[in-house]
Amino acid sequence: MRKLMAFAIIALVLSLFAAVKVGFLYVGPVGDFGWTYAHDLGRRYLEDHVPGVVTTYIENVPDSIESYRYIEDLVKKGYKIIFTTSFGFMDATAQAAKKYKDVYFFHCSGYKHFPPNFTAYFGRMYQPSFLAGLVAGMMTKTGKIGYVAPIPIPEVIRITNAFALGVKVVNPKARVHVVWTGGWFDPAKEREAAIALIEGGADVIAQQTDSAAPVETAEEKGVYSIGYNSDMRAFGPSYYLAAPIWNWGVYYTKVVKEIMDGSYQGGGFYWGGMEDGIVEISMTDNVPERVKAVVEAFKELIVEGKFDPFTGPLYDQSGKLRIEAGKRMSDDALLSMDWFVDNIVGEIPKAEH
Amino acid sequence: MNIEGLIAAAVRMGTPLLFATLGEIITERSGILNLGLEGLMLVGALTGFATSYMTGNVWLAFFAALIVGALFALIHAFMSVTLRVNQVVSGLALTMLGSGISGILGKAFVGKPAAKFQIVNVPGLSQVPIFGAFFKMDPLVYLGYVLVPLLWLFIFRTRWGLTLRAVGEEPSAADSRGINVFLVRYLATMAGGALTAAGGAYLSLAATSMWIENMSAGRGWIAIALVIFSAWEPFKALVGAYLFGFVMSLQLRLQAVGVAHVSADLLMMLPYLVTVVAMILFSFSETFRKRIGAPSALGVPYAREEKS
Repeated sequence: MRKLMAFAIIALVLSLFAAVKVGFLYVGPVGDFGWTYAHDLGRRYLEDHVPGVVTTYIENVPDSIESYRYIEDLVKKGYKIIFTTSFGFMDATAQAAKKYKDVYFFHCSGYKHFPPNFTAYFGRMYQPSFLAGLVAGMMTKTGKIGYVAPIPIPEVIRITNAFALGVKVVNPKARVHVVWTGGWFDPAKEREAAIALIEGGADVIAQQTDSAAPVETAEEKGVYSIGYNSDMRAFGPSYYLAAPIWNWGVYYTKVVKEIMDGSYQGGGFYWGGMEDGIVEISMTDNVPERVKAVVEAFKELIVEGKFDPFTGPLYDQSGKLRIEAGKRMSDDALLSMDWFVDNIVGEIPKAEH
Repeated sequence: MNIEGLIAAAVRMGTPLLFATLGEIITERSGILNLGLEGLMLVGALTGFATSYMTGNVWLAFFAALIVGALFALIHAFMSVTLRVNQVVSGLALTMLGSGISGILGKAFVGKPAAKFQIVNVPGLSQVPIFGAFFKMDPLVYLGYVLVPLLWLFIFRTRWGLTLRAVGEEPSAADSRGINVFLVRYLATMAGGALTAAGGAYLSLAATSMWIENMSAGRGWIAIALVIFSAWEPFKALVGAYLFGFVMSLQLRLQAVGVAHVSADLLMMLPYLVTVVAMILFSFSETFRKRIGAPSALGVPYAREEKS
């Protein structure tokens, strides 16, 4: 019996040595219910779906070059695959990738990458946001849709625009009213932003901030809501419609499996969309069937690559033609977007660009 | 713009700040500076939410937050009264501890809704045009209204209030008159902690019914500045907290109706700017401190031996 137990312990220890150690660096707390929460769902998905993988994470890491010592710490503890999930970690990750060639580094939401071991990755969240815009455009009666936005960076502007373009396709007269809260999560403030929009006549509330406060507020006031980041239906049983959501786990399992079987080619920029399932729209039964049918039709076109939300003609808020009819915006233009499309009401605060 | 809506929003945004500011006024009146408000608010928010989630009873949840807030502030009381460490350091440590502990213990509650306080209209008063907006609120807002005059009476018109102020102004004189300085400071710090935690609980029990990490979003720091603004008086604290709520709400509402926003960045920064300037003036200028009525012994540890 004792021999057996000793054997079991040795086997366990050996398996730990053989395990592939995957580390994650987070900018926020896992409990933000937003960006970091979504990445952590991905980490847990990876752990559940790839045998022989052990993972760890470090949260609340400074969003700057200071993150380097956290990355190096993971390397020294034997982590061979490291995902750094905030824009501000980019330079630190690049520096670590140059120094530690035997470790695979993946950086989310940036633009730097190089072979053989530094990959950039991101998701085309604007695709499901466009679909969410279709839902909002078809559900509004007042023609006023409220949008609670966090801070004016290109990612947020791009995704807000895609939402507004979705609205425009099905409801050209409707307007999307944007209110900036100035932060990623402050539930009490997000609630007040939603109330301000509802009192201004909005009958659908969408958001890009982290907390479910806008969804909960809309439920109380009896207006529809569109969530963000992850499924928020628990906060709005009767009026919550849909949300564009992240599925990072799909990507994490794919690349880790490839690294394990030796087929992975490091470097390059992976900007995955709905065709890979890395981003998705989740819809509840509060969405009528006819609306779902329209969304499904557009989803199919997007997945097949036959349609892109950022196809001209696109006009900005001053009425200037930005993208000519029939042309698609380039990835570079999308990644640096700093203007709103013409059916959005509200300014982009200037100091940020 | 909807005036009633704006008033209501200002009061809702001001209430968590009001609780925290009143709490810190009590603490500072005894001569203890507690910079741990942000941590206390987070502990209060989580305790309130977790209790509401598990029992469904919002009042029980609120009282749980008060008790846990008092116990959490006990750490600061022990550090600054008994061990006589630097109160700034101890307060900052309390903030970090509160943020960390609530983050770890709160992970299980993320993404789950719970019971929250409902609106209660005050008969008669809520029917008055415009002014009625103050009386279509949740019970915790009304508690805030009541607490302000009660605290004022307590501080300026009762024997206990006199004792509290004496300890904050001249602890050695108070001591020689037989007042237990240590006990008063312990109690004041704990009472302050309870009220500050109540401010946090407002966020997770009345404003919303959810827990997410760091959901106090800097309100603890704003409250510290509001204490200085209020000159340690409850009525001025009410004015400051609601004024602050008003600016925050107005800024959101101007955006919502599509009025060109008055540089959103500047408005968002303003509270923090005021906080920083007030803190700098406060820590470097003795005359500034005296003029605005700060307790003379604020932040100074009291030791009996040195005086005898």
